[in-house]
Amino acid sequence: MASLLEIHNLVIEGCHDGQWLPIVNGISLRLEKGQVLGLIGESGAGKSTLGLAAMAYTRLGCRISSGTIVFDGLPLLELDKEERRKIRGTRIAYVAQSAAASFNPAHRLITQYAETPVQHGIMDFHTAEKQAIDIYRRLLLPDPEHIGYRYPHQVSGGQLQRAMVAMAMACRPDIIVFDEPTTALDVTTQIEVLAAIKNITNQFNTAAIYITHDLAVVAQIADRIMVLRHGDLVEENDARRILAEPREEYTRQLLSVRSFKKDGNGAGGHAKIPFLKVEGVSASYTGRELVLEKIDIELHRGRTVALVGESGSGKSTLARVITGLLPPVEGRILFDGAELPPALSARQREHLRQMQMIYQMPDTALNPRHRVRKIIGRPLSFYFGVTAADREKRILELLEMIELPADYIGRYPGELSGGEKQRICIARALAADPHLIICDEVTSALDQLVAEEILKLLHRLQRELGVSYLFITHDLATVKAIADEIVVMLRGRIVEQGEKQAVLKSPENAYTERLLSSVPEMDPDWLDRLLETREAAA
Amino acid sequence: MSPLITLVLKRVGLGVLTLWVISVLIFVGVELLPGDLAEEILGQNATPETVAAFRRELKLDLPPHARYLAWLGGLTEGDLGNSLANGRPIAELIGWRFANTLFLAASTAVVAVPISIFLGILAALYRNSLFDRLISMATLSTISFPDFFVAYILIALLSVQLLLFPSVSNINPQMSLLEKLYAIVLPCLTLTLVVVAHMMRQTRAAIINILSSPFIEMAHLKGLRRARVVVRHAFPNALSPVINVVALNLAYLVAGVVIVEVVFAYPGMGQLLVDSVTKRDIPVVQASGLIFAATYVTLNLLADVFSIISNPRLRAPR
Repeated sequence: MASLLEIHNLVIEGCHDGQWLPIVNGISLRLEKGQVLGLIGESGAGKSTLGLAAMAYTRLGCRISSGTIVFDGLPLLELDKEERRKIRGTRIAYVAQSAAASFNPAHRLITQYAETPVQHGIMDFHTAEKQAIDIYRRLLLPDPEHIGYRYPHQVSGGQLQRAMVAMAMACRPDIIVFDEPTTALDVTTQIEVLAAIKNITNQFNTAAIYITHDLAVVAQIADRIMVLRHGDLVEENDARRILAEPREEYTRQLLSVRSFKKDGNGAGGHAKIPFLKVEGVSASYTGRELVLEKIDIELHRGRTVALVGESGSGKSTLARVITGLLPPVEGRILFDGAELPPALSARQREHLRQMQMIYQMPDTALNPRHRVRKIIGRPLSFYFGVTAADREKRILELLEMIELPADYIGRYPGELSGGEKQRICIARALAADPHLIICDEVTSALDQLVAEEILKLLHRLQRELGVSYLFITHDLATVKAIADEIVVMLRGRIVEQGEKQAVLKSPENAYTERLLSSVPEMDPDWLDRLLETREAAA
Repeated sequence: MSPLITLVLKRVGLGVLTLWVISVLIFVGVELLPGDLAEEILGQNATPETVAAFRRELKLDLPPHARYLAWLGGLTEGDLGNSLANGRPIAELIGWRFANTLFLAASTAVVAVPISIFLGILAALYRNSLFDRLISMATLSTISFPDFFVAYILIALLSVQLLLFPSVSNINPQMSLLEKLYAIVLPCLTLTLVVVAHMMRQTRAAIINILSSPFIEMAHLKGLRRARVVVRHAFPNALSPVINVVALNLAYLVAGVVIVEVVFAYPGMGQLLVDSVTKRDIPVVQASGLIFAATYVTLNLLADVFSIISNPRLRAPR
């Protein structure tokens, strides 16, 4: 019997500087009715391009140059534009990575839900409206009768992502393409959306192509998994088989991606006096609502404190208070026992030098018109006023420290990969020879394998230089890898803090427990088991 | 109070403040004009006594700040003062001329705004096609000619050669609406040609900017027709910049039509202003300046309010 979707030897090319280069390199796949196929790989693997091609759609600057796509007996690439348009949304639907960006901000959720069936002439608005409420209920959205009448900005990220799944279900499609639907979400929210997707595709026996870079996530939902790299198929197998016995080295690397662990505790230890103390700090942007409430934290030399919490918990705000970008409304910050002026403008250059930051997006943190020499050289001149020759020498030393070749000194950020850019950011921070580096989600914009290299580098630098890190992250795998101490934040307050082993082994707080148990594990039964345990507990 | 009302009230307050600043600027500007007003008007043969009497009558002998306060006081009570040339109240003088200017501006807007937005949407929809380029070229050509040049070309073509429309738009209160509309076809057409380019290109740019958003890709992947994607998904999100450029052009239609009004001998504010400047009728010039300023401020205020209303984040907060 023919499959629901058969892609054969598909080549998709993208235009770079007037040259057509392959993005997808002759990939074939089959999808049966009701089956979930996981496409996994790092950025640039061609997985999104392939997923969109299943809808006979290519982004601007891409073209399908050869191969066939047969959907339910229809050769999609031979159909004209109008016939392809009629299939999209009705028989093959799409769920995008960021619901916040993919919902039209100008229209209500239910209007956008009903648009597909109404415009394709499948049902009238009232029928669509009633069905929407039913689907919202099945996806466990709160207040299903009324939530559809809200605008996208009026519901939370996790709810919006489920509303987008609902929108894709509107015409009861045969296939849904999920393009990284949980990547932009917090771990605790990710679980809800994953469970909702699994549930609804089962109920309607919908086939799905599930695209993600996270093997642990796809393991929960997929029947089969294809591992892609640079537009080529690395390995394809049954989901359980691929986890249990990966054949290729690359798959093994992806599987072991969360295994890096810092050995033992960092240097120093608790006996010494902390060099940075945050005492009873509260902060507010508006002057009314507090974003931070009575925060106490101590940092010790050569150790890493991981600051964990969901988005909106106040992690980055705390970093802004410590660096002086946002003066607190109460409380104080002590550095080596002396109180720091609350505002950045009142601090001395020496204070500024002691604390450096590395940001989430290396793309925007580096000036695209400055060469590496200038980027790293600036803090050297600013803090130490070194001569040109000394500066050049020091820049080369720093490049060696971050494991980049010396000839990178003349490059622009645009000529570097994402991981290399983040290394340059690290070198820029190190150039000031600081005591503390605040790392704000420094790995979350990077591919997992690259992120792991960055973590290893930061760890090695700490061992060699004795620098301390305040590591802000929502990714618990990173915390497990690099932290000495953990501080868990929720809605502007610290709910738990302590040594890493203690917090991980026996979390005292219910929220910490929930946060920890929400991190996906490389086990296909993890999600089902977790949901059962939580149901039993509730 | 809803944040929307607060925002609107804030803008209104700022508008009033702007108008006050403008009133000061106008007053100071006129104050700085060289020459003595009374001597200019009475001529060189006037005796010192007549000049002194004239100055007293016009209160020109008072210090500037007292005169400013008196002027401002009159303004707040709706009294614009009297014309120097003929002694009639300025409000009476300006009244029907301002109505005429508004009439011409409104007629032009009714034609020009829908055409520009429609053309802008079409150009965005068929981006980089021959149609798009033709539209861009045509509108850019009309905007690069000075407006009086466009006006004379139109007169030469449509009035002198083809005898279709009158070259003089001297309307009067006795004319019916239809007669008036017929009389203003040429100035209306001139102004349309001048303002369409701005609005059309801004619409096109704003829509094209929105077309790269993820929610547009989503709309395509829902299998919607291209026209619907542009009109229903892109356009509402492009409204804010479009509204602003429309407001700027409407303000130009009211305050910037001096030359076109003179060319077509249209009895509007522009002509009055030109006449008053030649006659040194300072109070009329001051009042006209203030009315133009008020038009600018009001239209921009309206644009702000409509932009806010068109944004659901501000209209319907969490």
